[in-house]
Amino acid sequence: MGTRRYVVRKIVQAVITLIAIMIFNFFLFRVWSPGDPVSFLTRGQGANISTEERQALITQYGLDRSTWGQFTEYMKDTFTGQLGVSSFYQGESVMSVFLRFLIPTLLLVGISTIASMILGIWMGIRSGWRRGSAFDRASMFGSLILYSMPEFWLGMLLLLFFSSMLGWFPVGGRISTDASDLSSVGYALDVANHLFLPALTLTLAYVGEFYLVMRSSLLDVLGEDYITTARAKGVPERRVLNSHAVRNALLPTVTLVALSFGYVIGGAITVEVVFSYQGLGLLTYTAILGKDYWLLQGLFLFFSAAVIVFNLISDFVYAYLDPRVREA
Amino acid sequence: MQTPPLHLGAETPVAPELEEGAAGLPPGSPRRIVWARRRAGLRRFWKAFRQDKMGVAGLIILIFFAGVAIFAIFADKSGTSITQAKGEPLQPPSLQYPLGTDDQGRSVLTLTIQGAKISLLVGLSATVITMLIGSTVGIVAGYRGKATDMVLMRITDWGLVIPWLVLAISLASIFGQSLFVIILVIGLTTWPSTARLVRAQTLTVKERPYVERAQALGASNWHLVTRHILPNVMPVIMANTVLIVAIAILSETSLSFLGLGDPFSISWGQILEQASNAGAATLGAWWWLGAPGVCIVLVVLAFTMIGFALDQIINPRLRER
Repeated sequence: MGTRRYVVRKIVQAVITLIAIMIFNFFLFRVWSPGDPVSFLTRGQGANISTEERQALITQYGLDRSTWGQFTEYMKDTFTGQLGVSSFYQGESVMSVFLRFLIPTLLLVGISTIASMILGIWMGIRSGWRRGSAFDRASMFGSLILYSMPEFWLGMLLLLFFSSMLGWFPVGGRISTDASDLSSVGYALDVANHLFLPALTLTLAYVGEFYLVMRSSLLDVLGEDYITTARAKGVPERRVLNSHAVRNALLPTVTLVALSFGYVIGGAITVEVVFSYQGLGLLTYTAILGKDYWLLQGLFLFFSAAVIVFNLISDFVYAYLDPRVREA
Repeated sequence: MQTPPLHLGAETPVAPELEEGAAGLPPGSPRRIVWARRRAGLRRFWKAFRQDKMGVAGLIILIFFAGVAIFAIFADKSGTSITQAKGEPLQPPSLQYPLGTDDQGRSVLTLTIQGAKISLLVGLSATVITMLIGSTVGIVAGYRGKATDMVLMRITDWGLVIPWLVLAISLASIFGQSLFVIILVIGLTTWPSTARLVRAQTLTVKERPYVERAQALGASNWHLVTRHILPNVMPVIMANTVLIVAIAILSETSLSFLGLGDPFSISWGQILEQASNAGAATLGAWWWLGAPGVCIVLVVLAFTMIGFALDQIINPRLRER
């Protein structure tokens, strides 16, 4: 019973958050934005448009309606999933532009999150178990340096070294221009070849966070009484670590995956720009340069929704792993 | 560690040393004792800080860059303008151009020195905004509790959920490109984590006996917050401030890199943006993207190391790690 109430409460909270962000999004782009909306929204389409074109735009975007009318229109547009019309990709609905750019970003963010999590947890366990060892000191120092680095700069360095100097990887893009001629295996390899450096950049950029949390959480657990009890019982050291310590220490790391997801998205935006990797990040950059506010507004909503859903999933995973959370 | 006795009028161990700052006050007056306590606290703090090698290293790096930034204010800025550039484009480091030149023939060293000024300015100013909003929200929420707390914490949670860079991009591209907007945007997107931290500390301070005692004596809310809560939350705020500067500088770098910075002031992020747009990495111009990047890493590292050192002094439990 407790579980069901917990799940329902979390879902309701997520929905409320999402609606609040939708309302904020509307006000940010339509009400608080400076100047009159038509010249604001058409900034990307060149300076001089005729009166007829201007009128057409006003009708198209529904700007002749009252704020309330615009708001209901916006909510309808959002719930039907169209999210308005992009001005940069002329006439295409924002949603369909998204869908073209979504998969590469999912691939990039997914792979690098999983890789940095596995690597970070492994390093954190090794470090925490042998505190003060050479490995521990080196990892601490390394993760501090990586933390201090802008992700895109790390990307530029890797690009400079591996693509430009060594020539091991392509200098950018998501896929070769002649990729359609390749067999399916060749196609997959081509995609992987383009994905490798951006994914490596993001993995390195976020491994430090997982490492630090895992390390400190393991140190906390190792100080607990039940670890002493296990040792006193004569449980072998390996088993103390794997069955008693690590399993409990993993919990905070689970929450971190969700919390850091927002930052990974931010990192993905700049890294995709460095590698001209055609995903949602590069799309965001295009929207900034092209002053395509409809696209930007859609991206803002989409990214926020992604983080909320991700948080919700991690809440459930956490509750599944730790019964105490459900009861509370 | 020895703490001076807290009751007023007692001879504190440092009492004989108070001169300036308390000048003109009669000996043994409460203000004089407060000053003496503050000095003693500062001295103890410095003693603890000096023993932290990382913190001292961070401080040295920081002093160096502060010097560079001050130098940049008075230095000749003509080297940063494209029309007055004297060098050949994309030259590797030489005696004349110790850090090489960019694609317009400007000295990368001159650009990097000028960049120090803007990067530090933006980082520090944005931090002031973050700390003002974050501390106010945190203290008010923690102190008032009940409905105020709930509303403020909901807003804070929303702020934590929204992916910061996407929000910052939206704000910056709506309100235009200027230093002021960038500073404001960074300040407005980084305060939620500070608010959470300050609230947690306020909650523990609020439960301490001396707050209850002051309340019983009829102290006003304002008096309680400014005289009892704030001084005891302050150490946490200070340590967090230093860490926030690091985050603010990184944020400025990302925003400038995406072309949202002020086009008329050179920051390290902006140099990297130009390098990236000109394809410096593919051209193999390592000096162009190297110098500003190394500076960012060093400054962020310095602030982070100082922040960790402060954290350890304030929170001795961490020292066991």
